[in-house]
Amino acid sequence: MSGETRDQAHSGAGGAQAGARLAYPFTAIVGQEEIKRSLILTAVDASIGGVLVLGDRGVGKSTAVRALAALLPPIEAVEGCPYQCAALACAAVSGCPHSAESPPKRLVARPTPVVDLPLGATEDRVAGALDVERALTLGEKRFEPGLLAKAHRGYLYIDEVNLLEDHLVDLLLDAAASGENVVEREGLSIRHDARFVLVGSGNPEEGELRPQLLDRFGLSVEAVSPSDLEERVSVVRRRDAFDRDPAAFCDDWAAAETALRERILAGRGRLQHVAAPDAAIEDCARLCLELGADGLRGELTLLRAARALAAYEGAAAVGRAEIRAVAPSALRHRLRRDPLDEAGSTARVRRALERCFGPEEGAGAQTAAPGANAMPQRAAAG
Amino acid sequence: MIDADAAALPEGRMIWAPKEDAVVAAWAPALHALALFAVDPFGLGGVWLRARPSPARDVWLSALRAAAAPLCLRRAPARPPEDALGGGFDLAASLAAGRMLRVAGLFAGPEAQLFLQPMAERLTAGEGARLAAALEARAGALAFVALDEGAEPEEAPPAALTDRLAFPVTLEGLAPSLGRGRNAGLAPLAPPIPAPEALAAARRLLPQVRADDGVLRDLTLAAAAMGEPSLRAPSLALRAASAAAALAGRERIAEEDVALAAELVLAPRSRASAPLEPPATSEEAAEAAPRDRPPQEPDARGHDGAEAAPDASATPEEAAERMVAAARAALPPGLLEHLAGGAIRRAPVGAQGGRSGASRVGARRGRPLPSRRGRLGGPARIDLVATLRAAAPWRTLRRRAAPAGEARAVLIRAEDIHLKRYQEPRERAVLFVVDASGSTALARLAEAKGAVELMLGEAYARRDHVGLIAFRGAGAETLLPPTRSLVQTKRRLAALPGGGGTPIAAGLEEALIQARAAERRGMSVALAVLTDGRANLTRDGRANRADAAEEADAFARRIRAAGYRSVLIDAGARPQKSAARLAENLGAAYAPLPYMDARRVSAAVAAALSDGA
Repeated sequence: MSGETRDQAHSGAGGAQAGARLAYPFTAIVGQEEIKRSLILTAVDASIGGVLVLGDRGVGKSTAVRALAALLPPIEAVEGCPYQCAALACAAVSGCPHSAESPPKRLVARPTPVVDLPLGATEDRVAGALDVERALTLGEKRFEPGLLAKAHRGYLYIDEVNLLEDHLVDLLLDAAASGENVVEREGLSIRHDARFVLVGSGNPEEGELRPQLLDRFGLSVEAVSPSDLEERVSVVRRRDAFDRDPAAFCDDWAAAETALRERILAGRGRLQHVAAPDAAIEDCARLCLELGADGLRGELTLLRAARALAAYEGAAAVGRAEIRAVAPSALRHRLRRDPLDEAGSTARVRRALERCFGPEEGAGAQTAAPGANAMPQRAAAG
Repeated sequence: MIDADAAALPEGRMIWAPKEDAVVAAWAPALHALALFAVDPFGLGGVWLRARPSPARDVWLSALRAAAAPLCLRRAPARPPEDALGGGFDLAASLAAGRMLRVAGLFAGPEAQLFLQPMAERLTAGEGARLAAALEARAGALAFVALDEGAEPEEAPPAALTDRLAFPVTLEGLAPSLGRGRNAGLAPLAPPIPAPEALAAARRLLPQVRADDGVLRDLTLAAAAMGEPSLRAPSLALRAASAAAALAGRERIAEEDVALAAELVLAPRSRASAPLEPPATSEEAAEAAPRDRPPQEPDARGHDGAEAAPDASATPEEAAERMVAAARAALPPGLLEHLAGGAIRRAPVGAQGGRSGASRVGARRGRPLPSRRGRLGGPARIDLVATLRAAAPWRTLRRRAAPAGEARAVLIRAEDIHLKRYQEPRERAVLFVVDASGSTALARLAEAKGAVELMLGEAYARRDHVGLIAFRGAGAETLLPPTRSLVQTKRRLAALPGGGGTPIAAGLEEALIQARAAERRGMSVALAVLTDGRANLTRDGRANRADAAEEADAFARRIRAAGYRSVLIDAGARPQKSAARLAENLGAAYAPLPYMDARRVSAAVAAALSDGA
C-alpha cells in the first residue's frame, strides 16, 4: 500500500509502523457500489484512465482507494528498478535510466503501486529531481525518481484533489497525457515512462476542479452518504471491528479478497476477447451525441468501461446493459454546463439513456440487485 | 488539584453525575470530553476546542496535560509546514556536516503524539486537508487539540479536520474558578476529571469494552436524525461511548455511556449543520427534528420493523429518540442566536458549485505563500533565501564543472531562482437587491434600509464595496453601483420609495448586469437579495404570477450558474415557500427572518457571504 511505497523511497524515517498497518479490506466496504465498480474496472483495464470520486465527507472515499492496493494482483518488474520496468528486454527500449547503470538481472513480483500524492508535495518530489544527497556528499549527478516513477503501472492517488496547487495539476496532466515524465535539471535530461491510473477524491464544497483536469479522469463517481439505516449501522460496525483487531478482520475477509482478485485477473484475461459489436459502438456514439458531451473522449471511455465490465462479468460482447451501467460514471463529468437546467448531471445522463434506449427494464435492476443482496449476507459473515 | 474528590470514590468506578451547581453544569460537557479524550486520545482523534485565549482555556488545557500524562501535549506550528508528514532534509545541518542529515516530518515521529494546533480557525482548506492526511496516515498514533480562537461564527477550522475530531468543545462564557487564587483552577469543579489511576485503569479496560448491536444502531440513528451525513460521527461516538464505559468500569456499553457520547460527539455537530429556525421556543425546534431527517426514513423503518422485533424493551426508534432528546437538551440556550449568525443553511449548490475562494495568487501583496521556482523578469520579486537554499546543495558539483578561474563561494544558476508569491485577497462587493414592492415595503423596507446602512458601516471597516439595486412597480433600478461612499449611499437609501408590483426577474437581471461589471473590475461579487419571493410582474410588465415566478427562477439559475455567492433574506412576515424556492434556484443561503432587525440581517449576510473555507 501507500505506506510501503513511501518507505521504498525514503528508506528510514517512520517507515516501520506505517508499513505494518493493514488496510481495510476492499470487499468489506459497505455499499458505495459505484466507487467499487469504477475502481475494479480500472483494475481490469487501466486504459480507462482514472477515477474521480467527489462527495460527502466520511463516506469512505479514501478507504476504498487505499483498500485497492491490498486487493490488486502483484506486478512483475525488474528487481531493484525504481521505475517498475516490466521486462528485462523492455528496459533498453523504454530507455529506463536505471538499466543504463546496472543491467537488469531478474524479474520479481511486487505489489501494484498505489502512491499517495500529498497536497504539499513539491514539484521535485512529484517529478523527481537530482539526488541531493549524492550531489552534496559526493558531488555526483544522479536522478532520484519521484512519485510519478513510483506510480508507473499502478495508481496515483490524490486526496482532496480540488485543493491541489495549479502547477502540480499541470505537471500531472502533462505526465498523464503523454505517459512519460521528463525532467531537465543541472544539465541532466531524464525521461521515463509514467503510465498510471489517476485517482482523485475530494469534497466539491471546498473548491471546483478545473475542467481540464475533470476531463482527464475516465470515470467520475458521486459519493453520497448511504441513506439506508442498516447500511449505515453496518459501516459503523465493520469499522469498529476493523479498528479493534485489524489482523483478524482482514483474515475474515481474505477469502473474499482472493475471490475478487481472481475475478479481476480473469477479467483482464478476457478483455482482449470481448467483442465490441457495431451496435454497441453506435449506442455509445448516440448517447454522447444526445448529451452533447465534448470531444470523442467520452465515447472512447464509455466503450472501454463497458468492455471492461463485460470482461469482468464474463460476457462475450459489449451489450446495452453494460453501456447503461457505466454511462453515468463515464459521462457525467463531461457534460456542458447548462445554466437553465438545474438537474444534476447524473439525472441528465439517466434522461438521455431513457431517450436513447427506452425506459430502464431488466438492465438497471440487474446491476443494482447484486450489491443490495450481497450486503446482508456479508454482514452475517463479518 | 484535579483529583481532589476522586480519591473519595469507590475503587475503579467513577460517578458521572455533575453537581447540581450551575457552574459545574456549565463546565460538565467540556470536562467530560476532556476525561474521555484522556482515556483514548488516539482513537478519538482529538478535540475541537473553541475558546478565545482565556483563563478558562488555560485551566482546561492544563487539566488535559495532567490527565493525558505521560503523553505530552506538543505545540504544532500555527501553519503546518509543507513537509509536515514526509519530512525532508536539513540543509543547514547537512552543509555543516558535509553529509546528508534528514529531519523527520513533524507528525512522523516513531511514538504516538498529541498535538496542540493553535489558531486552527486560520488554517486554509488545504492545510486542514494536510493535517487530516496526517491523522489518516498515522491513525491510532496522532491526535490534535485544535485551538479555535474564531471570534465570528463563520471563522472555523476546515471541515476536513473537524470531521475527524471527536469532540467539539466550547468554553465560551465559562469562568475558570469561583473567584479563588490563580491556582484554584478546577478544584471546585471536581470530580469530573478522574484521577490518573482511574484513567490508567480505564485505558487498560478499554480494549475489552464491547458494544451491543443496539448501541451501534442507536448511535447511527441518532447521528442520522441530527442530520449529520458523515459516517465518522457515529464511529467517533461509538469510541467515545466505549471510553465512557471503560471509565465507569464497565465492559459493556450502557445506556448512559451512549447518552454521554451523543451529547458530546453528536449534539455539537448538529449545531454546525442544523437548519435555520426562526427565533422560536425550543419545543418548536425539537418538533422540527423529524422534518430534518433524511428522506429515506420510511425505508430505514421498514428494515427496523423486520429485525427489531425481538428487542423487548424499546424499539430502536424510541431509543434513538431518547438519544436525540439527550443531544437536543445539550444544545445551549444561545443556539438560535448562533444559528442566525453562523450556521445558515446553504441550499444545495449542485455540481456547478460556488467559486473556489475569493483570493488569488499574486506577486506583490498579501499573505506570503511558499516561494516557487520561476524566471526573473515578471512582476514577482526574488526570494533570496530560497534561491540560495536551492543552490547550496549543488555547489560541489558546480564548482567541479566551473572553469578554473571562476571559484565563487556560491554558484547560482537560473534554475535555482525562487520567486516570492503572495495570496492576495480580492476586493469584495456586496450587491443588495432590495424588494421595494408594496408587499414588502409596508413591513420591511425600513429594516432593509437599516441593514444596508449597517452593512455599509461594516464594509467601510472591511473595505468592501456595497451596491444597491431596488425593484418595484415597472422595473429595477441601480440606485448605486458598488461604492464605498457612506454619505452617498445613505442619501439614496433614505430617498428610496416603496410600493407597486414585484418584478423579481427584472431585479435579478439588473443584479446580474451589475455583478458582471463589478467582476470585470476585479472584485469578487456576492449578492444579498431581500424579498418575500412573491413575483407578480414579468420583465415586460405583464401582471402574471406564474410567468413572473418562472422568469424569476430562470434568472436565479443564471446567477447561480455564473457562480456568485448569494444569500436570500426572506422578508415575508412568515417564511415563504416562494422565497425558499428562489433561494434554491439561486444556490443561495436562505435566511427567513420573521422578526428581523437590521443588525441580524447584517450578521446573516456577513456569515453567509464570508468565504470561510
